[in-house]
Amino acid sequence: MAIKDLTMKFHSPEAEITALDRLSLEVMEGDFVSIVGPSGCGKSTVLNIIAGLFEPTAGEVLISGRKVRGPSSRVGYMPQSDQLFEWRTIWRNVLLGLEVQGKLTRETSSFAEHLLEKYGLIEFREAYPSHLSGGMRQRVALIRTLAVNPELLLLDEAFSALDYQTRLLVADEVKQIISRENKTAILVTHDIAEAISMSDFVVVLTRRPGRVKNIHRIVLTCSEKTPIRCREAAEFRDYFYGIWKELDVYV
Amino acid sequence: MSDNSISPEQASYLRARKRYRLKVIISRILLLVGIVVLWEAAAELRLVDPFITSQPSRVVRTLLMLHQQGVLYRHVGITVFETVVGFTLGTIAGTGVAVLLWWSDFLSDVLDPYLVVLNSLPKIALGPIIIVWMGQGMPAIITMALLISLVVTILGVYSGFSQVDSEKVKMLRTFGATRGQVLRMVILPASVPTIVSALKINVGLSWVGVIVGEFLVSRAGLGYLIVYGGQVFRLDLVMTSVIILAVAAAVMYQAVVWLERLILRFR
Repeated sequence: MAIKDLTMKFHSPEAEITALDRLSLEVMEGDFVSIVGPSGCGKSTVLNIIAGLFEPTAGEVLISGRKVRGPSSRVGYMPQSDQLFEWRTIWRNVLLGLEVQGKLTRETSSFAEHLLEKYGLIEFREAYPSHLSGGMRQRVALIRTLAVNPELLLLDEAFSALDYQTRLLVADEVKQIISRENKTAILVTHDIAEAISMSDFVVVLTRRPGRVKNIHRIVLTCSEKTPIRCREAAEFRDYFYGIWKELDVYV
Repeated sequence: MSDNSISPEQASYLRARKRYRLKVIISRILLLVGIVVLWEAAAELRLVDPFITSQPSRVVRTLLMLHQQGVLYRHVGITVFETVVGFTLGTIAGTGVAVLLWWSDFLSDVLDPYLVVLNSLPKIALGPIIIVWMGQGMPAIITMALLISLVVTILGVYSGFSQVDSEKVKMLRTFGATRGQVLRMVILPASVPTIVSALKINVGLSWVGVIVGEFLVSRAGLGYLIVYGGQVFRLDLVMTSVIILAVAAAVMYQAVVWLERLILRFR
């Protein structure tokens, strides 16, 4: 995936706001990349543009060499909270994307079923979301996104609605599922520790208008490659302070 | 839960609770009986003039008379039918217009001041116009009932649509959903509680529309009985009709509450 010279201006009666200014970034297949930056730097705007929801003022996004022109099944988007539909069963929530895209066939639905089975949710097929814990709901949301088999996953502060303990566990789970399914993923977060512990690369954006300030390649020496274990790695602190300084946070 | 798992404190709490509820029910019955007895006695002792106030025994007699003449069920049936058709149409049409407003921001901006004016206008004032246009009959009465609930439904359901979590809409749009799919898969199902509560309000409003319509059209129905009774000074008939009306309205409201529970249980 490549972002080339992305510029985004928002207009309101009061002012014109330049959210992104010639932002460029490349993400290789299979990488997990986090984007961090001061609040209001346009992190989420980047995701919205990649997802095809916003048309950039200038520049373009290429996925496997093809330009993004509106939402497509190539990109899977994970919203801030799970956004499961309470009136649908887990099974029908999982099929939502396939239904929207008119791709509900025996093949695709058995793939969705296989995912539910693989990640321990098959017995909740006919349950409603209100009967599931926060962590399980997040897993269902991820499977809903994976069911349409996207090339690229976008996680927009995907864990911010969860309490801290659940958040760590869910981050672990999601990371594992994403690596097992061998997906490329971009996570937008304001949580530096989360970004370091989950990613291969952490991209730091400048304050508005957003531009790439630095890219850190994360190499952690930890016994198990899970986000919780990775926080124990010796290098973790150095990355943390490095990124923290670059963020230039003033209160 | 087995009996031996209840502690003495819990048992005494449950007893007190039961006693309290019984007290409420008994008081309710006594209040009703008290009013009826007082009314009957006051009329019997000529403390009030039963010609003007009627009295319970006369109400019962009138009820029996209407029953024997067979007209009771016709009038009740007509009024109930008009009301049900009125609030059903009002809810469906109101939801339909709300969908149009949701679909086009331009349309909703254009129509906004008109809706505000129509909402504040007492729809009853349109009664004579409706009768001139629709004729002296049931269509005019149903239109009256519909009009009275229409604008409230549009505003209520439209604001329900706008309150649907925008993140849900966004999530669906990233799958490439069209506007129609967003409407069908998120907006409408998420708004079922709003629509049902609009239905609940419309039941009451529809009764108002139907009774006023029957006052004006004066052909049949409970509203007709009330206005006719008043004109010929048969207060027995007026009181009887009002009491039947109260019972019918309460039954219909309960039916809608029951329907609401049925619908929301599946969510």
